[in-house]
Amino acid sequence: MAVFTTAPEPVSRHASSAPRDHTLLLMLPALVVLVFMFLVPLALFFVRSFTEFEGTIAEFIDQGRDLLLSQAYLTALGTTNWISLIVTVATLLIGYPIAYYLTTATGVGVTIVVLSIVLPYFTSVIVRTFSWMVLLGEHGLVNNVLLATGLVNEPLSLMYNRLGMLIGMSYVLLPYMVLTLYAAMRAIDPSLLRAASGLGASGFYTFRRVYFPLSLHGVLSGALIVYILSIGFFITPALMGGQHDIMIAMLIDRALEVAVDWPAAALMSLTLLVVTLTLYAVYYRVTDIRRLIGGR
Amino acid sequence: MVEMDSVVAEPARTAVTAAEPASPAPETARGAVELRGLTKRYGEDTVVNAIAVSIAPGEFFSLLGPSGSGKTTSLMMVAGFVRPDGGTVLLDGEDIAALPPQKRGFGMVFQNYAIFPHLNVFENIAFPLRARHWAKDAIGERVTWALELVRLGRFADRDAHQLSGGQQQRVALARAIVYHPLVVLMDEPLGALDKNLRFEMQVEIKEIQQRLGMTVLYVTHDQEEAMSMSDRIAIMDHGRIHQVGSPGEVYERPANLFVGRFLGEANLIEGTVMGKADEVVRLRLPSGQELRALHRNSCGTGRGVLFIRPERVEIAPAGISGDPSANTLAGKVRRCSFLGNILRYAVDLDGLPPITVDLQNAAGVSPLPVGAPVILRWPVADSLILAGEA
Repeated sequence: MAVFTTAPEPVSRHASSAPRDHTLLLMLPALVVLVFMFLVPLALFFVRSFTEFEGTIAEFIDQGRDLLLSQAYLTALGTTNWISLIVTVATLLIGYPIAYYLTTATGVGVTIVVLSIVLPYFTSVIVRTFSWMVLLGEHGLVNNVLLATGLVNEPLSLMYNRLGMLIGMSYVLLPYMVLTLYAAMRAIDPSLLRAASGLGASGFYTFRRVYFPLSLHGVLSGALIVYILSIGFFITPALMGGQHDIMIAMLIDRALEVAVDWPAAALMSLTLLVVTLTLYAVYYRVTDIRRLIGGR
Repeated sequence: MVEMDSVVAEPARTAVTAAEPASPAPETARGAVELRGLTKRYGEDTVVNAIAVSIAPGEFFSLLGPSGSGKTTSLMMVAGFVRPDGGTVLLDGEDIAALPPQKRGFGMVFQNYAIFPHLNVFENIAFPLRARHWAKDAIGERVTWALELVRLGRFADRDAHQLSGGQQQRVALARAIVYHPLVVLMDEPLGALDKNLRFEMQVEIKEIQQRLGMTVLYVTHDQEEAMSMSDRIAIMDHGRIHQVGSPGEVYERPANLFVGRFLGEANLIEGTVMGKADEVVRLRLPSGQELRALHRNSCGTGRGVLFIRPERVEIAPAGISGDPSANTLAGKVRRCSFLGNILRYAVDLDGLPPITVDLQNAAGVSPLPVGAPVILRWPVADSLILAGEA
């Protein structure tokens, strides 16, 4: 559950700034679902976790501080942010050309690319992760090909380490980046690019001075989405990562499953939630949601 | 207008030398553009059909035509955005058809301006200079010059979205001329402006063009705009050029019915061409009456159409005599519309479609009542016989 809690809800900021009875009515089902399926359980989780704590408030604060300053937690925090950063950069570098291609190309190519981007998007994360494991395993497709062609003598370790985790996460999160960038790029008026070259700008200059700056808000939005999703990621890192790369979500899982320490889990969840919401606030500032869903 | 002269003339010179230190004064005027058999097909559709035009340096040349006539496609081929399927474009005798747009060195004003929304006014205008890697000082100097030229001196720091339509238009214009291109291409630059502003900008563009001596290739569907600004106009339809000439020529002496109709109100009277004496042709109307007119092209005998502009027709109450050598037709006032500067009559004739007559709303003119019998007159030399059917 924690993995996708931060997926952006299409809440229009204009609905709240100009309340009309119709708008409220239309939002009601979504609000009900959100409140009863998400906010209430989350609140109950925190309340119960903290009320279950046996001891004084002073002890609670002490132990909480110890936890948040513990080596394990700080390492996981560092790892999580570092991995998220790399995944964000990787998806951006891979996603930008793809999104650009989608905005310019026509025909069968687009359909193929769109399908290969969007279909996985609708497939379960576990399925996608397992597919990668089939590809990247010691006797997986990639290694078999490399061995068969003689490019390597022994199988590469592509999995159960940081590399595997990065490959898996980047893949799973790529659609978010591509679709966000695509929306931003679609909104760029092609006549501006034509104007630039008509006025003497080379292709690269046009990209640097016109296209990229105009796509920048998409870059920011996409990076924030991927980063937000990355720091809460659980399944893919758990399945494809190594022993040493513990992400915060995995730490929370351990606190619940292994140590059965609900207060600790709740505390870590809360910090993760705060970080996520802060980033989301930033995201909200830089992104016009109407633009994301195709308006101009 | 007057204050612009003092502002403009001087910095223009210095800026040029600052940018291109060794540029000698051009001995022969440059900026001649030639379109030679330019053709563009989209599938089965030939949108531009072997057009040929030769534009002199410093000339204001318009491509005028209805939408879908191929005028914008022609301009885009000159600019380099559309690859011709045949023919070529020459700039000062040099074939530039293979060059990408950014290498052609034209200035361009686009439909809807294409102002860069993330750059302020100064940076928008500086764009062509920065793309050409000019030095910072030269850029500052030249942009300031261009801003003054379009009277936007105070707006350098404004964001693009803070500008009105007219101001955006000026920015687009300044951006197109800032690096002193020999040739500026303009694609319906005034289409998005309201009527008064459009007229104002026509005057300004024309003045700037004359001051800088640049060649302008201008695309528009607005015949008044084309006529008020151009040295010559090419009237296009269905990918072909029907006529090239000065505004007076194409308006007064249309090559064919399309041109005649497109350039303004036209009366077209169908009949049978009877034969010619010297320049003059006789046209027999269904009623048996004969009219005389000049002939434009070698119309043989057969069907023909007499063309006469509404403002060239005189209208007078029946019974008032006039020049006996003029063409005359009798009719009845069907309608009189007040258009401000003119009174527009529709006059019913026997067995012919109604004739439109424009009368200057001068002092002492009072409208004739509906149903009044009138005589229409026009000098033979003001009308033309064109081939075809109306």
